[in-house]
Amino acid sequence: MLMCKEATRLMSLKRDRPLTFQERLSLRLHLAMCGACRNCDRQFELLHRVGRHYAPPAEGEARDDEER
Amino acid sequence: MTTNSPDDDRHRRLAAVRPRLVAFALMHLRDAAQAEDAVQEALVAAIEKQDAFAGRSGYETWVFGILKYKILDALRAQKRHGKWQPLEDEDEDDAIDRQFQRNGRWQESARPSSWGEPEATFENERFWQVFDACMIHLPDNLARVFSLRELMGLSTDDICHEVGIKENNCWVMLHRARLRLRACIERGWLEDSTC
Repeated sequence: MLMCKEATRLMSLKRDRPLTFQERLSLRLHLAMCGACRNCDRQFELLHRVGRHYAPPAEGEARDDEER
Repeated sequence: MTTNSPDDDRHRRLAAVRPRLVAFALMHLRDAAQAEDAVQEALVAAIEKQDAFAGRSGYETWVFGILKYKILDALRAQKRHGKWQPLEDEDEDDAIDRQFQRNGRWQESARPSSWGEPEATFENERFWQVFDACMIHLPDNLARVFSLRELMGLSTDDICHEVGIKENNCWVMLHRARLRLRACIERGWLEDSTC
């Protein structure tokens, strides 16, 4: 059973590389049951978008990670 | 040339965006003098090359694009001078351990709460003040990696290449940087806004 601390590791990781099937599954299961971690996941997503507000990416400088 | 008003307009816009450029450079370089130098170089390049600005993207975005290259140059110089340290101890981080109980659940005091709608958050000036302050409090090596990933938009593969660390080390640093930032922002921003 995934604990919150380990869940945050996967939440962070999924923004840097695609998760394996196992990792994705255990994270989804944990998020389904844990409201605090769902908030954390949204906070990480916000931090992930901060750059576009700070310094908008130039045209052609595509960010590769939109769909992860 | 009968008028130079487009130039004047651009100079005004450069002056207006300068503080943001400096803050952005500072987050990566962690050194005020080096950040100023990088911005200065970017501004000079922007003025000298402004004929190359094709107007496809916004002028400010174009200048930020120039600054990104100047920052990467400066980071490479920092690396040559041995300023870049990999994360020595991948297991220990007190600031993060304080957020969790021994069994891996959140500490009651550290449980993440909702920050509301992202767009509203981004429009809140207070959020940016807290974000900047929290970035400054982040340890240098974590802040650099986080900035390269989330502000510059480099892949962790590219970051490893630039910085000369292993990708796994990079992922651990990003995890720590995100957890520290979220805790810092939540303390500084939410508690403040309820007053």
